[in-house]
Amino acid sequence: MAYSKKVVDKFENTINEPAKYNVGRFDPKEMNVGTGMVGAPACGDVMKLQIKCESQGNTHIIKDVKFKTYGCGSAIASSSELVEMLIGKTLEEAKEIKNIDIVEALELPPIKIHCSVLAEDSIKQAIQDYEQKQ
Amino acid sequence: MSSEVNLPIYMDYASTTPVDPRVAKKISDHLTLDGNFGNPASRSHKFGWKAEEAVEEARSHVANLVNCDPREIVWTSGATEADNLAIKGIANFYQKNGKHIITSKIEHKAVLDPCRQLERDGFEVTYLEPNEGGLITPEAVSNAIREDTVLISIMHINNELGTINDLDGIGKIAREKGIFFHVDAAQSTGKIAIDLSVLPVDLMSFSAHKTYGPKGIGALFVRRKPRVRIEAQIHGGGHERGMRSGTLATHQIVGMGEAFRIAKEEMDNDKIRIQSLHDKFYNSISKIEEIYINGDIDNKVSNILNISFAYVEGESLIMALKDIAVSSGSACTSASLEPSYVLRALGRKDELASSSIRFSFGRFTTEEDVDYTLTLINHAVDRLRELSPLWEMYLDGIDLDTVDWQTH
Repeated sequence: MAYSKKVVDKFENTINEPAKYNVGRFDPKEMNVGTGMVGAPACGDVMKLQIKCESQGNTHIIKDVKFKTYGCGSAIASSSELVEMLIGKTLEEAKEIKNIDIVEALELPPIKIHCSVLAEDSIKQAIQDYEQKQ
Repeated sequence: MSSEVNLPIYMDYASTTPVDPRVAKKISDHLTLDGNFGNPASRSHKFGWKAEEAVEEARSHVANLVNCDPREIVWTSGATEADNLAIKGIANFYQKNGKHIITSKIEHKAVLDPCRQLERDGFEVTYLEPNEGGLITPEAVSNAIREDTVLISIMHINNELGTINDLDGIGKIAREKGIFFHVDAAQSTGKIAIDLSVLPVDLMSFSAHKTYGPKGIGALFVRRKPRVRIEAQIHGGGHERGMRSGTLATHQIVGMGEAFRIAKEEMDNDKIRIQSLHDKFYNSISKIEEIYINGDIDNKVSNILNISFAYVEGESLIMALKDIAVSSGSACTSASLEPSYVLRALGRKDELASSSIRFSFGRFTTEEDVDYTLTLINHAVDRLRELSPLWEMYLDGIDLDTVDWQTH
């Protein structure tokens, strides 16, 4: 599997400095935390994404993000890339993030596009979870 | 870490081995004008005679290692061609006796794909399941035999697991029923002793490049007594007593001969050394939580160790071990996203199958290589588990089988 340098760097940085790259977890029961988990072990990848938001009136801003991913190198790189895109965005802006943004940012090979789809699904689910709590 | 190791470290000897320098010397002596470059089939001059002599000497070295008659060795381009020649050769020659073949689900693709091809040609094939230790038992073979079974093809050592099948047990059953028995022994030479003078095996495939010889050369053992006949698959000059045409690749052949000569001489020492590397590796790695050895540990060769690291995905582990050359499953399938079909056949869950890595040691593996690899594995598994939501769930005591996963 020939990955782009971007995928390799992202993967290595993430595993070497997990704290800096937002690896971790929030308490999913907290009201300002939204959790999304997609994928299945049998399929080879599971992504868990958590957003912590701050509300300013009707606007909710993603202040912090934590994630954990089980999967191939590009699945890990995709979730790490997504996390960086999310911090500081409003939920409305976050909903606009599409898998193709991750594909382009990491130059994912066609065979690994599904990793970016999974990442997109995880943020959608996390936002849904958060909105249901409000 | 130690400064004595050269990175990257090669831990993938079961996929191929480097050519032994003594073999490389032998090969280079058979290429140029000042060397032995002739066509072994040339009968009219000394160049041909000398080349033929070198080819026959190499044939004897191969025969010596497995204790058969040199006239029972047919040169091929590798074990894949040898498997094809054996399976299609028997099926085509003896199809009037029946069109049923028995093989197993954990064979190399070089056996499975010719069987698939024969199915398209009207043969029926039974693919046996291994037991949970990765072995094909004589009982399983016996139960699958039919009136019209003409061939049983079972590998000696499994390339992914290192497990060793009971050739004697399976062969005796085949003999009793008058069914031909082919064995893919690509992983065996130089690892364990093979004695074809007593083993009830009719055809056996060999590869040079798994035993410190060059790629592109192999051989098929075709028993003379009782006589086994096969239909040639490549025609054009009737070389190798009509079984495999094509000008013999003298340089490759002498390379294989030299590699097998050395294998015979050094097998006992290699075995002791590799066993001690294996034990060191195994003793250390088995201290890691939640790992599973794939294949019966008491019935395998010591140069191959296949391990599943639960809650860590295999490809990411290979990426994290970038200074170590290992493979997940066989090299032929590692480019695909599918978990290894061999591990699936063992009944391993998909997630355990896809978290498996095959480590294979060889003649040039050092103790420092093993130490360095162990350090890296411990580090990588720790890091990837810290990143794994499945590991987190495991630590929280959640049974992953009860989770409603959102498959995609």
